[in-house]
Parts: sequence; structure tokens; C-alpha cells
Amino acid sequence: MSTRIPLVPENIKPLPSLKGNEGMLSWVSSVDHKQIGLMYLMSTLVFFIIGGLEALVIRIQLAQPEFDFISPEVYNQMFTMHGTTMIFFVVMPFLIGVGVYLVPLMIGARDMAFPRLNALSFWLVIFGGILLYYSFLTQSGPSEVGWFAYAPLSEKPFSLNKGPTYWALGLLAVGISSVSSGLNNIVTILTMRVKGMTMRRLPLFVWMILVTSFILIFVIPIIASAFAMMLLDRLLDATFFTPAHGGSAILWQHFFWGFGHPEVYILILPAFGIISEVIPVFSRKPIFGYSFVAGSTVAIGLLSVGVWAHHMFAVGLGNVANAYFSLASMLIAIPTGVKVLNWVATMWGGKIYFATPMLFATAFIIEFVMGGLTGVAIASAPINWVTTDTYFIVAHFHYVLFGGSLFAIFAGVYYWFPKFTGRMMSETLGKWHFWLTVVGFNMTFFIQHFLGVMGMPRRTYTYHDLPYWGSMNLLSTIGAFVLAISVIIFAWNIIWSLKHGKKAPDNPWNAWTLEWYTTSPPAVHNFNLVPPVRGRRPLWDLAHPDQLDEPNSKVV
Amino acid sequence: MEKLGGIFNPSSPEMVVMAGLTYYIIAISIGILAIIVVAVTYIVIRYRKGSKDSSEPYQNFGDLRLEIVWTIIPIAIVAVLFQLTCSTMRAVDPPIGDHEPDVVVTGHQWWWEFYYPKSGVLTANELHMPVGERLLLRIESIDVIHDFWVPELGRKIDAIPGHTNYIWIGAGEPGIFLGACAEFCGTQHANMRIRVIAETQEEFNEWQEQELVIPSTPRSGIAAKGAELFQTKACMNCHTIVGTPAAARIGPNLTHLNNRQTIGAGVLTNSPENLTKWLVNPQKYKQGALMPNMKLTDSEVNAIVAYLEALK
Repeated sequence: MSTRIPLVPENIKPLPSLKGNEGMLSWVSSVDHKQIGLMYLMSTLVFFIIGGLEALVIRIQLAQPEFDFISPEVYNQMFTMHGTTMIFFVVMPFLIGVGVYLVPLMIGARDMAFPRLNALSFWLVIFGGILLYYSFLTQSGPSEVGWFAYAPLSEKPFSLNKGPTYWALGLLAVGISSVSSGLNNIVTILTMRVKGMTMRRLPLFVWMILVTSFILIFVIPIIASAFAMMLLDRLLDATFFTPAHGGSAILWQHFFWGFGHPEVYILILPAFGIISEVIPVFSRKPIFGYSFVAGSTVAIGLLSVGVWAHHMFAVGLGNVANAYFSLASMLIAIPTGVKVLNWVATMWGGKIYFATPMLFATAFIIEFVMGGLTGVAIASAPINWVTTDTYFIVAHFHYVLFGGSLFAIFAGVYYWFPKFTGRMMSETLGKWHFWLTVVGFNMTFFIQHFLGVMGMPRRTYTYHDLPYWGSMNLLSTIGAFVLAISVIIFAWNIIWSLKHGKKAPDNPWNAWTLEWYTTSPPAVHNFNLVPPVRGRRPLWDLAHPDQLDEPNSKVV
Repeated sequence: MEKLGGIFNPSSPEMVVMAGLTYYIIAISIGILAIIVVAVTYIVIRYRKGSKDSSEPYQNFGDLRLEIVWTIIPIAIVAVLFQLTCSTMRAVDPPIGDHEPDVVVTGHQWWWEFYYPKSGVLTANELHMPVGERLLLRIESIDVIHDFWVPELGRKIDAIPGHTNYIWIGAGEPGIFLGACAEFCGTQHANMRIRVIAETQEEFNEWQEQELVIPSTPRSGIAAKGAELFQTKACMNCHTIVGTPAAARIGPNLTHLNNRQTIGAGVLTNSPENLTKWLVNPQKYKQGALMPNMKLTDSEVNAIVAYLEALK
């Protein structure tokens, strides 16, 4: 006997549906988690293209030594906006958005716990993005003090332009959005799971979203307060971060990285969640060591809030602090390594079908391990003294954020696109996209490890013609253009597949989590009936009643 | 093959230790990466699904012993790494004790001031030091956060307003070592370069004596006109020339500009022609620099160049 779940009373008039024809209004006024999720995804694609163009401008300027493509001011604006856009308006809202779409479906719920708050979260991101980009229209242009906005450079009298003010206001809006998303996710996951979906049966993607949400509600308030203090400094002549008037420049760094390092895990944990869904399905095996993958996530979440000052080894905090933050940061390698090995063990002995999602997930493992290993190296304070603020760091975090988060995002898009839209994406275009991304990505960023340890500082609009610097940078720039082509193919694949893609069945990948039980795309109310949940893979249990995942447990 | 810089050419005892640790960790990392790459490659070849095969593989949910093994191995690696980290940190960054600094380094937007308190030498952007000596540098900033970094000689250390830092630095061999500001500090962060000139003790002493000479002001010719212009055209509001009323420390000390190899913290090599170009419009070579275009006429520029060249 299956359970019907009228968690939310049905409206008399149906909510706007994906298949309905109510026009734009049905989207703008929507409180449906699926529509909001899709709006998140569409807006991140737009921001991804904008942030990518900014990256291309940076790479053109650096293509040769002493090049004169843009002025130093514009260069500084470009790297500030590129970093801010990619972190706050691409990776973060994508992962939150895909979570908003999938979490209720994966736990068999009708919607998020607070649908209106969900809509507010989305529109605050858009509002923040408009505030940030509006600064291009001001007389002095956008902020040119970096995504880290170190005081006192970001303060009067060193930045008298309006850019950093718009920047802080825009990110404050995003911060409010992130806290409300975090709360919404936590309440949804803790209270709205369908009967039988115990915490130990939660899909790993939902586990990762849960841990991420706890990090969000703990660390975003730190940076939101810091933004407020920075705005007080800039607008009302407070002096929190201005040493000339008794403030502290280092305090800003503690606030910023107190948020900024956990932010890294906000950007990677949901990506781990995507990988932990994709790899088992395409290997045709359950995840290896479920409780270790989930438990290591909790460990990472806890450690993440105690490592921030590894971004500050050059500040001169003293060797006791340096030793502590080195050790704490290195410890994160342990739960992360456990995850990687569990993914590899999941693939081991499987029957792997290399569709595009699995290609990206497999490449993710290698690229992410690269970024993780350099991460352990730079957690060691003396190596950090050599590498910090150089291109080595640029290479490191692009391996983590691009090779990690973005590869996982691509895997996720190809994996769930059929569910989102009812159509499959083109596998041919998908494979072109994949190989060009792998080639372009490694070409752009691998060489930067060498530039870094050879002494090229970050955030410099020009460089002297030292041995090999020009040719290495040129190679990196060519790689960036290969990446640009791959992104065009990706965008074209989405647009083309929306119209002409093969019609998707309900469960095209033969997957096991609940979202694949409903129609593609899901009906407004998500499920007519939720199947009984007797284990971690409800759809496996349905298909193999003779071979249940948890044969000894009582049937719920 | 041309010589590579940075960790490929460690030229001080401190840098040798740090580069050694870096090589060591890179070697371990390559080993781990190789294991993962080989495993994944093997999996991709061995466990690819056959096109006709629709059966499901053996459903393996995990193995506690394996989990314990691959939790303990990284713990051991981290323990070794942490031990090496601490010993390297002690070697590179020993306590200062009651040492007085040999050089006070002050970061400015966008140039470096070097002051030798023991001799009184005040110069900019070029740090002279005797080979084989370990100097204690006190690092400060007058405006925003900068970072003192000479890749072949040692670590990075931030120059922070309101916070004093110290580092030990020495050069094991004579030569010119290029460095730069490593913390983003505004428009011309890229052109805030450092040259360390490591020389023998005799050369260093000779340089120090030259720097301490108070040059006589030229009394005739075009250089005399330059001397007058320097005091009347607002140059003196920012720059020092010892022995004249110009004593401001907003811009670099120009008393012995002759002795320096570059202009504008590494933007141009120092020559009368380049100095002329610079004075005509510094913003052309270092856009955003705090030195404005003084709108000098060509003859005024020539006179000031002649004056600065005449200071010996």
C-alpha cells in the first residue's frame, strides 16, 4: 500500500505550470520550486557567459608581455567582476537553484517548506546582480578592488568611486538570499521527507545540500555584517577598517575569510552531491560507503569554519597561529580523500555507461584531485609563503572551482536536463562540449602552476618579458579561447535541445532516486503517488523486489 | 635554455629550505595523482559497459576495512607534512629576539622606500645588501596593504598599515633579484617592483658611502635652472633632495637617482632619455600613478633632467 501525501492543500486554481501558457507572469509570480529552480539555472547561464567574457578580456590583456589592450583600471575591474560574478552569481546560485528544484522531488515533497521565501531568495539574487552590474553605468565604473575588497584599499580615501558601494550592496542582497535559502533547505529536509525516507536513506545530494545549508546560515551573517560595516565606513565615515583612524585592516580579512573559506565548501559540497548521484547511476552500483560519504561531508562542514586564516599566512599572525591553521587545513584533506576513494570504489566493478554526465563526473575526479593536492601543499604555511598571491593559487582554485564545481555542474545539467525539460540533450554536442572543456581547461590553467612558482604575481595587468613568461601566458590565453568555444557549444546544446531534443522518458538513465519516478517534466504537484521508500534506492527496490537494498528491515 | 626563476632558482638559505619542502610535497602529490589516474584509467577500460549487456553488476555497498585503511593513510601523510611544515617555518622565520632592523621597508602606492637606520641611507625600489649576510627587515605600509616579495630570496610578507612585520632575508650569491608587490594594492599594483642588488661587502660599503654624500647644488648652466625649477615647480612637495629645502617623503628620495637602475618602480630603465620621457608625462608609462603630469615645457624637462643627472 502506498502513501499519498497531500502535504500542502491543493489550490482550487492550479498554480502556473511549466506546460501552461500563462506567459511571463506565470514565471515572475511563481512560488513553485521547479519554476524557481529553472529561473535560477537560466540566470546563472546568463551570468556565466558575462563572467566568461570578463575572463577572456583578462586573458587577452595577458597574452603578451607589456600588452596594451585595456587600461590598468579596466583590467582591475575585470578581475574583480569576474571573480564576484562566478562565485556569487554563477556557482552559488546554480547549486542553490538545482537544490531548490531537486530537494523536494528527491525527498518526495510537494514543494519547499517556505515557497514564498524561496521566491524571495531567487529574486534577491537577481536584485543583487542588477545592483552589481549597475555600477558599470556609474561614472567611474564598477569596483576595482578585487572580490576580496581588502581594507583599507576598498575604503576612503583610496577608493572614492561608487563601485565598491554597489558591490557591497549587491552582495548584501545575495547574502540575505543565501541565508533564507539555507533556512528553507534545512526546514524542508528535516520536516518534509516522505514516510520511510529516514536520514540514513536520504540521497547524498540532499545530504550535501543539508550540510551546505548549515554552513550558509552560520557564515553568511559574518560577511553580511562586514559588508554593513564597510558600507558604514564608506557612506557614514565610520572607521571599522581604516587604520589611519584607529580601525583595523586585518579585522576585515578575518571577517572576509571567516566567511570566504567556508564559502569554498558551499561551492563544492553540492557539487560533490551531484557527483555522488551521477557516478552510482552510470556505474550501475550503489554508492560505495554511503555513511562515509555523508559523514565525511559533515566533517568537512565542521572543519571548514576553523581554517580561514590559511588565506592570511603572509599577514604575519605569528608561527603559532600559522601552525594551527596549517594543520586544520591539511585535516580537510582526509574526509575529502575518503570521498574521492569512495567514488573510485563505486566505479570499480561496475558496468559503466559513459554518457556525457558520466564523462564530466569521471573527469571531475581527476581535475578535482589535482586541485585538492595543490590545496594540501598550500595549506603548509612555508609553501604558502612561496605560492600565495601568485598564479599558482589561480591555477589551484580554478582546478577546484572549474575542474571541481563546474565540471560537476555540467554533469548535473546533462543528467537532469531530461527531468527539467522533458527532452534529452544532444549527446554529440555533449561530447564536443566535454572534450573541448577538458582540453581548454587544462591548457588554460595547468601552465599557471609554473608561472606562479616562477614568480608571476596575481592581479597584475602587465608583466615584464622574463624567460618563458610570454609563451606560457599565450598558451593560457589560447586555452581560454578553446574554453569559450566549448561554452558556446554548451549553450547551443541547451537551446537546440529545448526545441529539438529527443523526448525524454520519465527515467532515461534508469536511476534510483524519487525525482525519476514522476513525469519529465514533473507535474505541478510533483507526484500523484510517491512509491514506498524502503531503502536508499526506492526505484531500484521497485524494479528488483527480489533483491532489496535493505532486505532485513521492516517494510514501511 | 634560459634560466627559470622563482623556486627553480632558490638563491638564499631560506629559499632553499622552502623550495625543498615544495619539491617534496609536489613529489608526493604527483605520486597520489598517478595512483588515482591509473585507477580511473583502468576502470574506464576494464568496466565499460558492453553495448548488448543489460544485466546489473554485483551490488557492493562498501567495506569498512577499506574505509579505515584509506582514512589512516592520509592521516599519516598529514602528520609527516605537518612536522615538515613546523620545522621549515622555524628555519625560515626564527624569533627576532632583540635584533634591531637592518632595513625599514615601507610600502607606498606604488613604490617601495628602503631606509637603513644604522647608516641613515634612504632610497627607493632597489634594495642593496651584502652577500652572505642575513638582514632583518621591518615591513610597514604608509597607505594600503602591500606585500614584499622577492621570489628567489624568500617568503612573502604583508606590509600592513598599523601593523609591523619582520622578515629575515639574505642572498647566498651576488646578483640582481627581481621582486614585486604581491598583495593587490590598487591601479598600479603591477608596477610596484623590487630589485635586490646583492653585492660583496666592499661594493655594498662603497654604495652606502655614495648614498650618504650630500651633493652640491649646480651653480651654473642648465642644471642650475633645473635646481631652481625643482624647488618652484612643486617637485619639492613630494620629493627629497638632501642638502636642499626639498625634504618631503611622499614620493621617492631623488638625491641619488643616478645610482638607481630603474624609474617608476621598474617601469623604465634609468637613463637621461627615459627620465625625460617620464617627466614629460609619467601617466603615459604608469597610468594612475600618484605623480601627475606636471605639464612642464620641453626646456623645463631638460633642465630638471640635467639637474638630477648632475647630483653626485
